[in-house]
Amino acid sequence: MSEVRTLQIDGKDVAARSDQTILSAAQDNEIGIPTLCHLEGLSDVGACRLCVVEVEGTPKLLPSCTTRVEEGMKITTTSERLVAYRRKMIEMFFVERNHICAVCVANNHCELQDLATRLGVDHFDLPLMHPKLPVDATHERFAIDHNRCILCTRCVRVCDEVEQAHTWDVAGRGAESLIVSDLGTPWGSSTTCTSCGKCVQVCPTGALFEKGRSVAEPKARRPYLPYLVRVAEREQ
Amino acid sequence: MAIATVQAAAGRSRPSAPSDDKRWRQVDVRMRRLGYRPDGLIEALHTAQEAFGYLDDEALTYVGESMGVAPSKAYGVATFYSHFMLKPQGEHTCVVCAGTACYINGAAGLLGAIEGKLGVEPGETTPDNKISVLKARCFGCCSMAPVVMVDGEVHGTITPPELVTLLEDL
Amino acid sequence: MTAVGTPAATPPPRRRQAGPLIPEGPVRASAHICQAAGCQSMGSDRLLEVLSDEVLGAGLRDVAVGRVGCLGLCSAGPLVAVPEQGRVFERVRPDDGASRQDLLSSLSGEAKGGRPLAGDSFFSPQVKVVLERSGTVDPERVDDYVASGGYTALAKAVSEMAPEEVVAEVVKSGLRGRGGAGYPTGLKWRTVAIQDSHAGKYVVCNADEGDPGAFMDRSVLESCPHQVLEGMAIAGYAVGASQGYVYVRAEYPLAVKRLSHAIREAGREGFLGREVAGTRFGFEVEVRIGAGAFVCGEETALIASVQGGRGTPRPRPPYPAASGLWGCPTLINNVETFANIPAVVAKGGEWLASMGTERSKGTKVFALAGAVANTGLIEVPMGVTLREIVFGIGGGLAPGRRFKAVQTGGPAGGCIPEDLLDMPVDYESLTQAGSMMGSGGMIVMDDTSCMVDVAKFFMDFCREESCGKCAPCRVGTQEMWRFLDRMTRGAGTRRDLEQLESLADMVRSTSLCGLGQGAPNSVFSTLRYFRDEYLAHIDDRVCPAGVCAMNAGGRSEAVPAGVGVAGVGSPK
Repeated sequence: MSEVRTLQIDGKDVAARSDQTILSAAQDNEIGIPTLCHLEGLSDVGACRLCVVEVEGTPKLLPSCTTRVEEGMKITTTSERLVAYRRKMIEMFFVERNHICAVCVANNHCELQDLATRLGVDHFDLPLMHPKLPVDATHERFAIDHNRCILCTRCVRVCDEVEQAHTWDVAGRGAESLIVSDLGTPWGSSTTCTSCGKCVQVCPTGALFEKGRSVAEPKARRPYLPYLVRVAEREQ
Repeated sequence: MAIATVQAAAGRSRPSAPSDDKRWRQVDVRMRRLGYRPDGLIEALHTAQEAFGYLDDEALTYVGESMGVAPSKAYGVATFYSHFMLKPQGEHTCVVCAGTACYINGAAGLLGAIEGKLGVEPGETTPDNKISVLKARCFGCCSMAPVVMVDGEVHGTITPPELVTLLEDL
Repeated sequence: MTAVGTPAATPPPRRRQAGPLIPEGPVRASAHICQAAGCQSMGSDRLLEVLSDEVLGAGLRDVAVGRVGCLGLCSAGPLVAVPEQGRVFERVRPDDGASRQDLLSSLSGEAKGGRPLAGDSFFSPQVKVVLERSGTVDPERVDDYVASGGYTALAKAVSEMAPEEVVAEVVKSGLRGRGGAGYPTGLKWRTVAIQDSHAGKYVVCNADEGDPGAFMDRSVLESCPHQVLEGMAIAGYAVGASQGYVYVRAEYPLAVKRLSHAIREAGREGFLGREVAGTRFGFEVEVRIGAGAFVCGEETALIASVQGGRGTPRPRPPYPAASGLWGCPTLINNVETFANIPAVVAKGGEWLASMGTERSKGTKVFALAGAVANTGLIEVPMGVTLREIVFGIGGGLAPGRRFKAVQTGGPAGGCIPEDLLDMPVDYESLTQAGSMMGSGGMIVMDDTSCMVDVAKFFMDFCREESCGKCAPCRVGTQEMWRFLDRMTRGAGTRRDLEQLESLADMVRSTSLCGLGQGAPNSVFSTLRYFRDEYLAHIDDRVCPAGVCAMNAGGRSEAVPAGVGVAGVGSPK
């Protein structure tokens, strides 16, 4: 059973349930923490590191999406240091792969782009990596452009946890990590894909998209996900 | 062990081997010992690679399905670990240790000699399929740095000309 | 040429069976041949046969020829010890009769040649707890281990002590994790012991010794696998676990073979299994073989790998002590930590705590390698100085070479310069010096090593071993490597150096696991002590050690930074 915990976030006294994460407690109190890999309804992996916060008495920064609240915690969600780190993280995503917004299907509807704007990232210092990665358009309705992928694994998780098809997974490691369907085989030939389109719905960037949509056309309807999760839970 | 997993493993229908190649029997025996549970995937892949020399799509599909994991998961695991090979290897393998002691003691010279002699870099196989060249993290034989392992045999304190002779004699 | 005892005319009598030569009557002298991977690769397994035949051929009926684990001085292998005479014979080769002459004379009774252990600069300063039986018992015979007092600690623990008492002894010993971070072992045990778990608990031995230049765990497993199993079984009893796993690297086939053999032997003798030492406590051990991923040394990645998945770490808390394998409380310790346990239980925690420094108790095994005369495996009390290790036990550098640094702690560790050589070796001092204890690799570098290139070497390692889950490590290690690469090609700028330092700080602070958090350390420590070398590369376009090609521009991949290609937010 969850109990009540009292803690401080950015100087504000808040109450939260003991099974809540710092992120969720902050959200309940309208304190916004930037996130990318987190998505309501999916398990949390703490991978994008944007949501790291300072907790008094802990030398390390902690990801707010996976750290549970504790009694008496004093949390800082925004500091000069955290903002600088978050800007660098956003920059890393941009230099890692090709995110030229002007020619992207997700332009103006991209969580990465929004965060860059929100955090004031307007130039890059790091050398660009931009490997030439493939685009898989073999599926009849959808396509994946790996050049836009930030490896948040939302698609992998929604496919496994909600649709339970496990078509997607991550292959390789390090900078060579790549989202793959089945045995790294073309998406169109997948024997496990149900063509439900949930992966496309949850993609924060323009990596997964519906075919036939033009640049800058709205694509995702993410608020539906918690609903889908609830339905899936009821069915079990 | 979660009881649910065991039950799921028991209740699942398992595929039959892709062919009557006897080597599948070896893989089957290992998978049965592992209880066809997903947590035995890496062990089962080790056995399949020992039997066939590498893991092709057929092996990944069969092992994955038998152990109760999706194809993408089997592929994800096989590509995560550097020990697993997804392509056939050459007749001989030459593994150069790239650990710290070997780096200090001239592993770069060995790699250079191999490239000069065979024209391949670590991770590649010569066009005639004779020798595959690989890089290892550390064999733990640091006292004999630099070290190469040719067909499973360790050669310590080796010089580039000695290595070239060794490769010529293969 | 003929060797002593093998006259060319009459063929020597052949033995029917391979393996150790054990005389029927009393033993006057014995030849202990090291059978760890290092000496084996120099032919010590064949030496066992060759020497046995020679001993028989010479009619030495009271001489035993046996297998033992690592004797330590790996650079002089194959090594053979004659314990009755307190001598070690170096470079005894199976294919070179002359190299065996002194040894054979000694075995015949005329003590001659070899290296006397007493007063030897390599052997005598060492204190052996973990390696107590390494080099004295046959790693493939449980009887040898038992005869040397093995498994008495386990029997004592399960039949005379309550689990809490065992934990209390470990707490009292002050033992800290030997895998790297130095977390107090007793505290970890207590945390797992107090967990309530209906689904069971697990004990995991981390033998995924990934630090390049470190081979302590390999050697311990190859030399005395039962000592590790005994430590694990004691841990199982103390924390309430009945299943153990040993996660070993695939690169250590001999260690896997000996460990698997030892598990079977221990099961047969009742030291593992349903009724350990005849009590109601049951403990089984399984081996899991890694598949080549450095990150699996991180405990949460190791758990993912034991469960058959991609070895990617997850954020902690929750710690494995609360939620590990299959969500159950799991005790994870390193090989060397477990190998300390039998002695702690048998002799008491206070005995171990009497060795070492204020906060680092006991001994530490180091793998000494690189530009030093004696390389191999050593065990010393915590608190000896680096100078004693490098210039005493290690025998110093090659003539004409100058000491530059000693690298400890693996890829997440750092380089320690000459003026800190008198520092005592313990967890705190090494951390203060910008390095870390790590698992115990110690690599000596001389003036032919370029410290910028060294940093690049470790960064290359980290970028290839990054699991790719979190962006700071996945992208940061690549970008740091690019800056270092530019510098080693003579294309680096002061601005690059600033960028590198700021990036290193960010990657250290925000990465998910120890690999990313530790990756910048090679940059920090080399910058701290060898900044002048960086500046020589940048300002003067010179590599003082003459290692870097400095052919700037050659195949420059210097991409102009600061270009706003992405046009972030512009359409808004």
